[in-house]
Amino acid sequence: MITDEKIKKLQTIAKDVRVDIINMLVEAGSGHTAGSLGMADVFTFLYFHILRHKPDDPQWEDRDRLILSNGHIAPVLYAVMARAGYFPLEELQTLRKFHSRLQGHPHKGYLPGIETSSGPLGSGLSQALGMALAEDMINPYSDKFFYCLLGDGELNEGQNWEAFMHAGKERIHNLIAIIDRNDIQIDGYTHDVMPLEPLKEKFESFGWHTQEVNGHSFEDLDQAINLAKNVNDMPSVIIAITVPGRGVKEFERKPEWHGKAPTKEEGEMAISELTAN
Amino acid sequence: MLTNFANKNVFDSDVEQVALRSGFGEGLLEAGKNDDRIVGICADLLKSTKMHLFANEFPERFIETGIMEQHMASLASGMAAMGKIPFISSYSMFNPGRNWEQIRTTICYNDVPVKVVGSHAGVSVGPDGGSHQAIEDIAIMRPIPNLDIIVPADATEAKKATLAIAKTDKPAYLRLAREKTPLVTNEDTPFKIGRAYSVWESENPRVAIIAVGPMVYQALLSAKALEDSGVKTVVLNSHTIKPLDEETILKYIKNTELVVSAETHQITGGLGGAIAELLAKNMPKKMIFIGVQDRFGQSGTPEELMREYGLDSKTITSKIVTALDE
Repeated sequence: MITDEKIKKLQTIAKDVRVDIINMLVEAGSGHTAGSLGMADVFTFLYFHILRHKPDDPQWEDRDRLILSNGHIAPVLYAVMARAGYFPLEELQTLRKFHSRLQGHPHKGYLPGIETSSGPLGSGLSQALGMALAEDMINPYSDKFFYCLLGDGELNEGQNWEAFMHAGKERIHNLIAIIDRNDIQIDGYTHDVMPLEPLKEKFESFGWHTQEVNGHSFEDLDQAINLAKNVNDMPSVIIAITVPGRGVKEFERKPEWHGKAPTKEEGEMAISELTAN
Repeated sequence: MLTNFANKNVFDSDVEQVALRSGFGEGLLEAGKNDDRIVGICADLLKSTKMHLFANEFPERFIETGIMEQHMASLASGMAAMGKIPFISSYSMFNPGRNWEQIRTTICYNDVPVKVVGSHAGVSVGPDGGSHQAIEDIAIMRPIPNLDIIVPADATEAKKATLAIAKTDKPAYLRLAREKTPLVTNEDTPFKIGRAYSVWESENPRVAIIAVGPMVYQALLSAKALEDSGVKTVVLNSHTIKPLDEETILKYIKNTELVVSAETHQITGGLGGAIAELLAKNMPKKMIFIGVQDRFGQSGTPEELMREYGLDSKTITSKIVTALDE
């Protein structure tokens, strides 16, 4: 069980992460706002409550692996990593700039702590499964977990379903997929662009333990992850229902904020709203 | 005349012929015995690609993905990130034909040691027809950074190449033909990634033929026929298309009048393109390209198709004679 005290702490960090995201995107002048803000709670929860990792030793062999499949929400990943101590907070302002370690989409050769380079959609789950299967060959009693974060629009890509099918076959228990179910993608609402429902039933029919939770509730997330970690003989997927642009009313639930950055004025407005109470 | 690197029986009418994929299958088995990091992954073509030799010996290190070439490439990338050295095999048409972006981004952009093995490359698939004849694969692989591209000339070399790429920490693409191919090299022929060598040399050659894969045999037949009619040549086996052995190639072509590339691939973007780029930069020369001329393949026996697409030794010989007369 997660304590109220821990939840308060996570809420504070998530708020800082959202402010970081706005500052980074304004400075960069481009990037993906809605998904980054929407996933701030999930990423904060994972990096500050769930993951077994050592920010000062990113290559630590026994770490859990977090694979970000929809690499365009890199700002939230970078912000939580900086807050967790992987690199100095000041470096966030180099996002998307020449010679920066914070490439527009994450590249593992540039920044220690990035498990794979991503951007082109649909290939993260295959890689996470590959990592889990390799670990199973090396150490069948391993207690590492492999978390793969995916967008919902990304599920249009057929390769995901190859990976879901294969993971179901392998009955691999330490693979946990988390879907950012925010219902937007570049061209509009996912339910218009390419409807995904019934999504839960799709995953279940592929042999996955499936849960649907509020992606902004640390209690719900905690309960879901604990359950997922204790499932035997099955991979687990958590559909995290989130509000894209969460925390800034102007940006919330609007597909046009999927792929653009705030202007300086919009950024100031967003930060004053985020820090209002 | 043949060099020490050639099979001395290569011109015999009963020269031994072995499918290249058999060399790969044996090589992978041996690599697997040498190094327990080696993993085999296959997309429903286990026996066709001869990976079953490895899978039978090491079932715990073999993964069957079914017909999922894109997933297979990324899965291998994930395994490599955990320290494995995965070999992924299918037909060239699908691997790398179907899964190019996964190879480019999840394997090469990450620079992890996944070995992409494509069999049934070229028109030699024969009766299956043009849909299955990968003759564009080298062109799509050449521009990808970090990737070695190797096209062995025969089964003996395919085995050596498999063992060699198993030892590097880089991505590689190994291109194999389906049909039985005459052995043009011998057990003692040294194999080193990125190092071309001559299989035929005459003094003061007028022509340099640079070949890969089954075309090394055709080039040798052509070299012998040309020698008999008084045209001296050198034949190089440039099994590694990337990194191309620029030094050796430039050394051999320096005093020739004509350079010939020979491959079972479109003339666009393959070995010929790589050599033309090298020559244009360093040593412009007259060049002819033996390869498929912007057409798709079709059904037929490998021999019929080699003739139809101008890949047989007779066509090579006549094109060289014509070019020298121009």
